Amino acid sequence: MVDVSSATRGDLRLTRITKTYGDFTAVDDLSLTIPEGSFFALLGPSGCGKTTTLRMIAGLEEPTVGSIHLGTTDITTKRPYQRPINTVFQNYALFPHLTIFENIAFGLRRRGIKDVDADVNKVLDLVELPHLAQRKPTQLSGGQQQRIALARAIVNRPALLLLDEPLGALDLKLRRQMQIELKWIQREVGLTFVHVTHDQEEAMTMADTIAVMNEGGIEQMGSPADLYDNPKTAFVANFLGQSNLIKGRIEGTDGDNLVVDLFGQKISMPKSRSHAVDSSIYAGIRPEKFRISLVGTPTRGNVLTGGHIEEVSYIGVSTQYQVAMPWGQELMVFEQNDDGVPPFDKGDQVVISWEPNFTFALRGDEDVEAGTEVAPDDLDEDE
Amino acid sequence: MTKVKDATIPTIPLQARLSRWFGRNLIRIYAVFGFTYLFIPVAYTFAFSFNDSGKSNLIWKGFTLDNWQNPCGAPEICTALGNSIKIGLLATIFSTILGTMIAFAIGRYAFKGRSTSNLLIFLPMATPEIVLGASLLSLFLVFQINPGFWPTVIAHVVFCVSFVVVTVKARIASLDPRLEQAAMDLYANEFQTFRRVTLPLVAPGIAAAALLAFSLSFDDFIITNFNSGTLTTFPKFVYVSAARGIPAQANVIGSAMFFLALAIVITGQLISKKTKVSK
Repeated sequence: MVDVSSATRGDLRLTRITKTYGDFTAVDDLSLTIPEGSFFALLGPSGCGKTTTLRMIAGLEEPTVGSIHLGTTDITTKRPYQRPINTVFQNYALFPHLTIFENIAFGLRRRGIKDVDADVNKVLDLVELPHLAQRKPTQLSGGQQQRIALARAIVNRPALLLLDEPLGALDLKLRRQMQIELKWIQREVGLTFVHVTHDQEEAMTMADTIAVMNEGGIEQMGSPADLYDNPKTAFVANFLGQSNLIKGRIEGTDGDNLVVDLFGQKISMPKSRSHAVDSSIYAGIRPEKFRISLVGTPTRGNVLTGGHIEEVSYIGVSTQYQVAMPWGQELMVFEQNDDGVPPFDKGDQVVISWEPNFTFALRGDEDVEAGTEVAPDDLDEDE
Repeated sequence: MTKVKDATIPTIPLQARLSRWFGRNLIRIYAVFGFTYLFIPVAYTFAFSFNDSGKSNLIWKGFTLDNWQNPCGAPEICTALGNSIKIGLLATIFSTILGTMIAFAIGRYAFKGRSTSNLLIFLPMATPEIVLGASLLSLFLVFQINPGFWPTVIAHVVFCVSFVVVTVKARIASLDPRLEQAAMDLYANEFQTFRRVTLPLVAPGIAAAALLAFSLSFDDFIITNFNSGTLTTFPKFVYVSAARGIPAQANVIGSAMFFLALAIVITGQLISKKTKVSK
């Protein structure tokens, strides 16, 4: 019988986990702590090892090296049914021969609970599908199956709920709705959720903490705002939203700020936002942090001159500009359409400016393309 | 808006209409011919089960219900039928259990010699029955086992197993392994997972395999003839009596078996239709 009592609750700790399949290393020396009660997202492109990590937590794979602890209990080699952990599978994996009621009651019955009616009905109410109890899974729509898969897992009140791309099969509108609903349910039931996804927007909307994974390891971990605002690597900078990365050199310091030379133009940025190891850096600025002004109008903060508008795309809420700079790079700028009309035209000579505090610095030897080639929608990580 | 008058609508020539009708109905006409061809022997057998035949059941001599009221009327016929059913049931049970286990082994586990076993399992199906029957007989004789009831059961298991393996394996292949992972994730141990998820999902395949095994065993003549010695089975009875005229009771039993099989298939269809309505 599985002990789902307080003894096996607590933080989940992965310690130096490695998983290899023959010559292929799926997960490489990964250490991670997931605090109890949090909504945690493992975010990364296909093949980054996030699903393998999830399956090792669930017990469907065993790590080649390393250990997994839940609270104080070592669960590294425990069978899936010996762990107080439940999974919402990517394709839901509802049992086609059982009714919705029996699907949800499955875990309770296996744990020897005789009177399951109250629990099952309660969780059916929670996902707002009590009228479907006697149907078979194939009679349900994708969105309904998704909720039943969730209900089937949370009815067991596991110490940890794993969600493997749970919204991947839903259309965009339903996905947005389920994101909000999942977040609400997580708060309602107070369980730890570990959510695996390749969709950065989904991770940012739902998770308290995101671990961005790449090539079997964690690139960076933090709150959505931290990751977006101050990425440590080019991969994170590009995978979460878009970034302008400009080659530069640290010339010196000025109090708490660094003085940086970008192709002959001096800018400043906080020391604390530099992840560089030497003077060679990439200065990063998010496109919406830039301001554009015509040559001759007043500016403040950091300024880069000599650009002209190369491309204008109007997308309703904002306008995207490609600004060609003297050193041959095109910078991307998003301007809110507060006043309705795009005020700049193709060919306009412009100056770009931004607040120094929005600048981040990456190591100069980074691959600036890292994380850009993976379109978030090219599924599918089925290991 | 201009309105087209009825008179201006061009009429389609008769020839075109006919060819159009044929085009639409050709498949139906073809189907009628096809099924007629398939079912004439069955209909013939059924019709002649009502023949007031006397000794030989070749010429229609008048309608009677006697044969149906007294199917065991012909000497030895029900003994033969009983033997066939007993052999059929035993062969079905053994071959279904053995075959299902082999199917799981081949379908689910990677082991050394898996592809070889996969190939070998096809061999009994590909071997001509006459060869299989004769070599089984010589094998029994080498081990000094006299032909009879049990050698026949063993021989039937030999050729039924292959069909069971192939049928069950197909079902296992279509089973999503994630369902078993989900069961384990939901606190079912290996045995409970098999009993609650795997087995119920593979069951239709096992049932189909068992039906197939029974019907293969029931109407086998060649292999049975080699290995049954003096024991009479239903096919052997029909074969032997063909020389002096098959009694109408044989038609009764044949027809009854046909309708029984039909009933089982229809019931099966209804059950599976009920369990997955929308699919």
